[in-house]
Amino acid sequence: MKHIIAVLLENEPGALSRVVALFSARGYNIESLTVAPTEDASLSRMTIVTTGSDEVIEQITKHLNRLIEVVKVVDLTEASYIERELMLVKLRAVGKEREEMKRMADIFRGRIIDVTDKSYTIELTGDGAKLDAFLLAVDRAAILETVRTGASGVGRGERILRV
Amino acid sequence: MDMSAAEVKRAAQAQPSSSSPHAEPNGSEILVRALQAEGVKYLWGYPGGAVLYIYDALYKQDTIHHVLVRHEQAAVHAADGYARATGDVGVALVTSGPGVTNAVTGIATAYMDSIPMVIITGQVPTPAIGLDAFQECDTVGITRPIVKHNFLVKDVRDLALTIKKAFHIARTGRPGPVVVDIPKDVSLKTAPFHYPDKVEMRSYNPVKKGHGGQIRKAVQLLLGAKRPYVYTGGGVILGNASAELRELANLLGFPCTNTLMGLGAISASDPKFLGMLGMHGTYEANMTMQHCDVLLAVGARFDDRVIGNPRHFAQNERKIIHIDIDPSSISKRVKVDIPIVGDVKEVLVELIAQIKEATVQPDTAALAAWWQQIRDWKKRDCLAYRGSSEVIKPQMVVETLWKLTKGTDCYVTSDVGQHQMWAAQFYRFEEPRRWINSGGLGTMGVGLPYAMGIKLAKPDADVFCITGEGSIQMCLQELSTCKQYDTPVKIVSLNNRYLGMVRQWQQLDYGGRYSHSYMDALPDFVKLAEAYGHVGMLIEKPSDVEPALREAIRLKDRTVFLDVRTDPTENVWPMVQAGKGITEMLLGSEDL
Repeated sequence: MKHIIAVLLENEPGALSRVVALFSARGYNIESLTVAPTEDASLSRMTIVTTGSDEVIEQITKHLNRLIEVVKVVDLTEASYIERELMLVKLRAVGKEREEMKRMADIFRGRIIDVTDKSYTIELTGDGAKLDAFLLAVDRAAILETVRTGASGVGRGERILRV
Repeated sequence: MDMSAAEVKRAAQAQPSSSSPHAEPNGSEILVRALQAEGVKYLWGYPGGAVLYIYDALYKQDTIHHVLVRHEQAAVHAADGYARATGDVGVALVTSGPGVTNAVTGIATAYMDSIPMVIITGQVPTPAIGLDAFQECDTVGITRPIVKHNFLVKDVRDLALTIKKAFHIARTGRPGPVVVDIPKDVSLKTAPFHYPDKVEMRSYNPVKKGHGGQIRKAVQLLLGAKRPYVYTGGGVILGNASAELRELANLLGFPCTNTLMGLGAISASDPKFLGMLGMHGTYEANMTMQHCDVLLAVGARFDDRVIGNPRHFAQNERKIIHIDIDPSSISKRVKVDIPIVGDVKEVLVELIAQIKEATVQPDTAALAAWWQQIRDWKKRDCLAYRGSSEVIKPQMVVETLWKLTKGTDCYVTSDVGQHQMWAAQFYRFEEPRRWINSGGLGTMGVGLPYAMGIKLAKPDADVFCITGEGSIQMCLQELSTCKQYDTPVKIVSLNNRYLGMVRQWQQLDYGGRYSHSYMDALPDFVKLAEAYGHVGMLIEKPSDVEPALREAIRLKDRTVFLDVRTDPTENVWPMVQAGKGITEMLLGSEDL
């Protein structure tokens, strides 16, 4: 089962390496990982998407908590949450395709942020499923390049992750 | 050697040297003062280019006693042995590059057994980091998986606080080794010295007090048990909770066992003690583990050496209470019913208080029946071995040592292998912190440096290293260190000319194909000991064992190497083979 784990950790050199090393050393899977400082520059917030059984997720959470720089760990998938990811897709858009590409972008509420006579670059945000759906919807052969940030997540309403 | 002194000084921006008493101290002096503030009395180490300024600062002081070892691995092992025996943080100092890589085995050994240590490593100057400099290695990267935490100090102004944090992390919560990597220019730059009184880390606050509700549930379960068992490990010793454990055991009257790492937490002569459990544990200890209905696990982590085949272990229904300071140890291999995260000592105190107040009484009839069943299992006399007057049985050597040292102030260290198992089985430990061995990593070579480290801190005690001819050769060079620092230890080498434990497995599981487990060209250990200035004894007859041990003990101020030629065909029994359940023990060669 897919889990989205949010981690607050000290914004110190090597902290990211420690988390990644933990996952690789213990054989846990990282589907995606994104990290950046919070409004408190001394704290970073990391979002990790991983898959595993309940026992494995429990071990992952416990091992993350054991790391000295980790302040708090929350499994967002345990309750209602919002997941968002950013994707930039460069598509071949020549001749008659251009109209179709623009329509696709509109349907998915994406924005065309770069234009040449042969290509469009589209910026799309949404949960992972929406981004996957867009890639399935467009002609596979038209996709020149994709870059995704990996999911970020936040709990709904009063579920707040802070120090 | 490395960067010239001039280059290092330029990198340190040529701050005024701190020879004048009112000038700010340099990084090395800050380090030494910080260690002094932490009460560090002993430091095992080996100099090198990256740590020359630190060694200069050490030269100018006399409160910290530095021991020059002959290999960095032994520096870390010696500090580790000291920490295990005293409960203090063990401190070692090594240089960059090969110094660090030599220390890695020692650090990993301490990590696997959760020993509080601070290892100071030198590093190339900060401008040279990442440029494949002379004797450079990525210390933080290499040691990351085998430390509780590590630091690279890039600014001398962070050094004092970093040392404070390092000691705090090493000794609190689940203890562990902490590496502090100090670049050479940082050890020369100056800064004002201020050692904080306390340190608070918002990201690190180990839980001390156990959850009240969980403790209450545990009490109910224990008092209602029909076939209870108390299973304790190294955590009781690290948490200094032996007295509380004994009080609890006496209060409840339940059967008890220790893991390899927990020996001595309960007195071996206590009739409630069933012996060590696990792969080479006693028959009764393992049978009780499988057939109990309530298991109280205290400071033990359900290691694979203890539970055998996990599916087989789970076959019997039992309720498990698990007291541990580390949440990640709970329900890792075996699912438990009542986890209690907290400091072992504090939780036991609370548990005892609640049991005393409880109105429910234990089921004495059920307990009597349970003890009768255990007595029946004990009748197997699983540790019995056939004695001999012609060939020395290794078990007899350990038993003799125990008889001669019973009730005296002594420590027993060991290396790894068959001799280690026999030491654990036949030496009956009455007190904690007397049995010093590498359980988690199982590192050959620790025995002599452990003994050396302990003897330095406990000069009036007798320190014995039970070892094998394979293990003793791994850190043999430390015989020289023992001589230089006058730390006389007694090395009892059970020499069976084989890598015994490997040979046993090859006999049982690999069709007797003894692939590279026989050692040819062993040295004359007596001459070797004498070459290092010590006393050597060769013992080949069973009747010579006791007189030789007596003589070794009598030679209080000499290191004595006893080369005891033992029966190479002896195997360690009982044995739970890999993949088998803990009740599927082999009890002797007749079971093969």
